Amino acid sequence: MKEFVEGSHAVAQIIKACQPGVISAYPITPQTHIVEDLAQIVANGELKAQFVNVESEHSAASVVLGASATGVRVYTATSSQGLFYMQEVIFNIAGMRLPVVMTCANRAISAPINIWNDQQDSISLRDAGWFQIYAEDNQEAVDFHLIGYRLAEDKRVMLPVMVCMDGFILTHGMETVDIPEQDKVNKFLPNYNPLYKLDPAEPISMGLLADPDYYMETRFAIQETMKASLGYLSEISREFNAVFGRDYKDLLVEEYQTKDADKVIVAMGSVCGTIKEAVDEQRAKGKKVGLLRIITYRPFPYARVYEALKDVPRVAVLDKAVSLGAYAPIAVEMKAAFYGKKKGPKVISSFVGGLGGRDITLESIHEVFRRLTAKEVNSDFIDLKPELLKEDTRS
Amino acid sequence: MENSPLFKSGHTACAGCGQAIAARLVVEAAGANTIIANNTGCLEVFSAKYPETAWGVPWIHSLFENSAAVASGIEAALIYLGKKDTINVIAQGGDGGTADIGLQALSGMLERGHDILYICFDNEAYENTGIQRSGLTPYGTNTTTSPPGKQSIGNFRPKKPMPEIALAHGIPYVATASAGFPQDLTRKVKKAISIKGPKYIQVHVPCPLGWRHETNQMLTVAKLAVETGLYPLFEYENGVLANRKQIVPKPVQEYLKSQGRFKHLLDNPEEIKKIQEIADNNIKKYNLKLEA
Repeated sequence: MKEFVEGSHAVAQIIKACQPGVISAYPITPQTHIVEDLAQIVANGELKAQFVNVESEHSAASVVLGASATGVRVYTATSSQGLFYMQEVIFNIAGMRLPVVMTCANRAISAPINIWNDQQDSISLRDAGWFQIYAEDNQEAVDFHLIGYRLAEDKRVMLPVMVCMDGFILTHGMETVDIPEQDKVNKFLPNYNPLYKLDPAEPISMGLLADPDYYMETRFAIQETMKASLGYLSEISREFNAVFGRDYKDLLVEEYQTKDADKVIVAMGSVCGTIKEAVDEQRAKGKKVGLLRIITYRPFPYARVYEALKDVPRVAVLDKAVSLGAYAPIAVEMKAAFYGKKKGPKVISSFVGGLGGRDITLESIHEVFRRLTAKEVNSDFIDLKPELLKEDTRS
Repeated sequence: MENSPLFKSGHTACAGCGQAIAARLVVEAAGANTIIANNTGCLEVFSAKYPETAWGVPWIHSLFENSAAVASGIEAALIYLGKKDTINVIAQGGDGGTADIGLQALSGMLERGHDILYICFDNEAYENTGIQRSGLTPYGTNTTTSPPGKQSIGNFRPKKPMPEIALAHGIPYVATASAGFPQDLTRKVKKAISIKGPKYIQVHVPCPLGWRHETNQMLTVAKLAVETGLYPLFEYENGVLANRKQIVPKPVQEYLKSQGRFKHLLDNPEEIKKIQEIADNNIKKYNLKLEA
């Protein structure tokens, strides 16, 4: 059913439809509207779930860990510092192969404290063993949660899923969203039927100490599952399309005007809406430019990226996060995707923008295309304010 | 002792470990219809090293400080499944995992009113990582991070009053117990699980390695802590002191001289006096003295 709604409200609606048995969260801007809505939905008796108000994000993640281990579908949401405070639990959930689904309302990291959007939070947790799927708009944010549960609970997978949506831009943005109907959700997402659970009828121990004789195989197993999951995503996407009529192709990348392009920007999340507009403007002027949008960042779709860009001479990677002192996060993956390959871009330049909520405008995108020359640049910041960078001469 | 189906032998605890005995008593008292969430620590390490486990009940270990929160999730899931009335949930951890790094998660669990029994196995230091001082290490103790020296008598702070902190949450049941008094511990666990809501039991469990006593002296040392007034055994029900173990108080020296961790204090009458005062205060506060 189509509704003109705020992103957070739309996400709460789809979570309601996914019918988790336990929801736990701690307030952090800009995630709060999602869990406020869910609290009200539970209070109204519209969802039979336990809503656990915890004293910290560490406990929010721990509560959903415990509930998931007991065999119940769970949900939590967080952002920024909250995600960082959860960090060791985040790794723990993946290590225990628990199919937790979480929203990360992407936001910058302190210091300085800044509540606005970039993607430093989730990207910093890229190695945790969670799927990371980035929405461009609120329809995707909604659909990716539903797909997320289906993926996480797939017996071949049994890994947690983080649905990343840009804080404020999406969480607080109003859009028309087709909220999936309950009967269709039920058709696409079967009841959660865990392989293992904490149950006195069949006692098991979970979270055991694994010494050097055993630890590595647990990491290898997750690595192999992640690699295999690149294919499962396409499969699930096809089934999703069959039920809901929205085609996310392989769910790994979106190619926008890349076929004959000589310049392509690679980016992730809501900024891709702006990039598409910039591409349209330039195409109207006869310039062969395009966009490759990364949808699934973990596992990273190297083969798909290679196929999409192997004949594109110049690629600009626009990161909304930075690895201070090194190449920017997505840029690293792009360079890795082409290393040692026969074909590939002559130039893979890396740009950093939108940190701490600075607007990435149409003009910012045109500037990226302008700076994408024969001379490769790395972690080139866009939209900097030179007047703020002047040396302080008072002392 | 016979092998227990709920806490099997063959685990790797040290000889004379008070915690291994107390943990077994706790799970046996709670029974088979119990799910346990366990903090990282000695108990977790010696009872659940892959591919073996000592546990005959469903048991989960996540992290050092979150057993109270994991248990909260288990309890919420059981309520959702309609199974809570038939299954007990226990969260447990050591003194560091409870009183230091896990205090926030525990406070949250107590405040939210979950129907969970929290057990703190108090061996009075981070024994698993090599006998470092915790918030429940007693005054004057020699640990690897509170060593005595020219400028120090050892741990210079008294034990954090965890039972009082638990009590301040307004929970229905708070008790202390000791590995030296197994029947009392069993009774308290049974009583606690019969009460709905959050419960806290702190169990004094000697550690021969960290406390430096002979492995066959575990029970004697545990009993002396109670009999000197240094580890008072009591029960609070709905905020009221309902029961305490009365004693004919022994001088604290008897307890102190039983363990290497207090050896440096034995020729220091001033410090012994301070420790006697701690015991005397407990005796007065909880009215422990048995009238002749």
